[in-house]
Amino acid sequence: MATRATHGLYGYLAEFREPWDLIDAAAKVRDAGYTRWDCHTPFPLHGLDHAMGIRGTRLPWLVLCGGLTGLTAALLMQWWMNAHDYPYLISGKPLFGLPAVVPVTFELTVLLSALTTFFAMWGLNLLPQHHHPLFNSERFRRATSDRFFISIEARDPLFQGERTREFLAGLGADAVEPVED
Amino acid sequence: MGTLLTRDTIDNTAHDPTRPQELITGGYDFTSLTDKVCGIVERRGAPRAWWVALGFSSTLAVTMFAMIGYLIFNGVGVWGLNNPVGWGWDIVNFVFWVGIGHAGTLISAILYLLRQQWRTSINRFAEAMTIFAVICAAIFPGIHVGRVWVVWWLFPLPNYQAMWPNFRSPLLWDVFAVGTYATVSLLFWYTGMVPDLATLRDRAVTRTRKIAYGFFALGWRGSNRHWHRYEKAYLILAGLATPLVLSVHSVVSFDFATSQVPGWHTTIFPPYFVAGAIFSGFAMVMTCLIPAREWYGLKSIVTLYHLETMAKIILATGTMVGYAYATEFFIAWYGGNPAEQFAFINRAFGPYAWAYWIMVSCNVISPQLFWFKKIRTSPVALLIICIFVNIGMWFERFVITVISLSRDYLPSAWGYYRPTPVDMLTFAGSFGLFFTLVLLFMRYLPMIAMAEVKTVMPQKHWESKVSRPVGDYHGTNPGDR
Repeated sequence: MATRATHGLYGYLAEFREPWDLIDAAAKVRDAGYTRWDCHTPFPLHGLDHAMGIRGTRLPWLVLCGGLTGLTAALLMQWWMNAHDYPYLISGKPLFGLPAVVPVTFELTVLLSALTTFFAMWGLNLLPQHHHPLFNSERFRRATSDRFFISIEARDPLFQGERTREFLAGLGADAVEPVED
Repeated sequence: MGTLLTRDTIDNTAHDPTRPQELITGGYDFTSLTDKVCGIVERRGAPRAWWVALGFSSTLAVTMFAMIGYLIFNGVGVWGLNNPVGWGWDIVNFVFWVGIGHAGTLISAILYLLRQQWRTSINRFAEAMTIFAVICAAIFPGIHVGRVWVVWWLFPLPNYQAMWPNFRSPLLWDVFAVGTYATVSLLFWYTGMVPDLATLRDRAVTRTRKIAYGFFALGWRGSNRHWHRYEKAYLILAGLATPLVLSVHSVVSFDFATSQVPGWHTTIFPPYFVAGAIFSGFAMVMTCLIPAREWYGLKSIVTLYHLETMAKIILATGTMVGYAYATEFFIAWYGGNPAEQFAFINRAFGPYAWAYWIMVSCNVISPQLFWFKKIRTSPVALLIICIFVNIGMWFERFVITVISLSRDYLPSAWGYYRPTPVDMLTFAGSFGLFFTLVLLFMRYLPMIAMAEVKTVMPQKHWESKVSRPVGDYHGTNPGDR
């Protein structure tokens, strides 16, 4: 790590020991106007979304679309297969009756909603992404265990090298380090 | 670590309303919790007992596959099926295993929506068990069709007769219900595990481990922008899985309830099956978890309080099941249908009375001991009673499936069903498969949901500064403080 020239700088990484300090610091980074930055925590921290100013995700709307697709597809499939393409007359029952198609319709609605939730969530998060500059930092390995981090990217319009570093240090971080791209 | 283990015996089951419930004892902080849970997976070489258990389980599992091979080669005649009992242990085992698979999703979905924080210590284990139980369950309907090479006719795929499956058949609903349940449970389990897999990746010292865990961790880096969507997705999955978990055993019960066999044709079946499924699922979670917390020193993470709470759920659902047994008899009498009345008299006093009374003693009587706190908080007593519940719930399915079929309307067509050794070895083998998967899971995957447990852990040194825990479950917004 940290062997290449500074033009390959990804950004600065600040480490915090306490979750509360991270939340306070995040609110200050947000208020300073940074846009290309993030917090990294081993578990979801309540209140951090608010401190970072993260807007609600559109994931639920995508799930709704997935669910409606499952619902429609299930109804159409059962009607087409049993009443249209190869009509089954069984015990004089209607070829297509709503009560009989409810279970499969319910299951496919749930199935499509769940698959949409899963794939849309990872898709919106742009994961899987097995390589990321932050993984160059040895310190960052504890982000999934017991330390809390703020990263500000060099691409941020407000990023000013050394001054950003001082800004982060002034937020009460235990350590601030550059991360190579 | 040694000092933590000595504090494992702390009793957190006292009900002191002036203090918040301690969910994690033993003085764990984030660092030591990560070390403890990851340490089990990272330890070089498994304990000898693990190898012995794996050897035994996998031998049984191989026996099952051999029996399945024998079955496919010879046909279902190798089972004890006869006329009139065309559904024997195959269906009993299917319903038994699907039922066991209910606890995991109940814990992960319904208890999540109900904000039951204690679920965090046990949900990973219970979800894993769910998936393994559903795998065991799925084998039986797959092989009981006889001609297994046409089992794909169950799916809506075009076949050479240009026919489609009959969507008015509950057996087909079952395919969709169990298939959806298995898929959603797997998505739920895996989604919950990604942050913990990332922890293992970041701690990995060998290249193999780094690549293996790294691949499945998807490059997770704890980003809060990711956590935001992740938590929303988790909530949505919980909301979807909640009606799903209640629907699966309802649909399984339709297989019976929509038929006209006396003893099957009852409207009580869906809720009764669901209560029984939760009952048996929790019993199996306890059966696996009590030894696991002992062997792996997890007693301050899966505490006595957790066991006691599960015991209360077993008591509640066991009582519901007992109530359902009584209701069945009442309706048979009150409904005035002679065939139905005979079916229930025959259940309790006919040739299979032994099976019926094993069921009643295990399912209705034994969990009533959980009214006593001493028994609820004794792991040994819990384990013994839970094994009884497992036995009782298997017999419940036997009672419903076999007794009802063996004597229906026409006395000249009555029969008595006896399983063959092939039946028995196949069933024993399904336990082998289940425990093989459980053992592999305990060895290679984090059996405690670390990221979730950390949200319910107030760390000691914060209490001086802020008098509330940091987790996500507490409903207060620190941004407002």
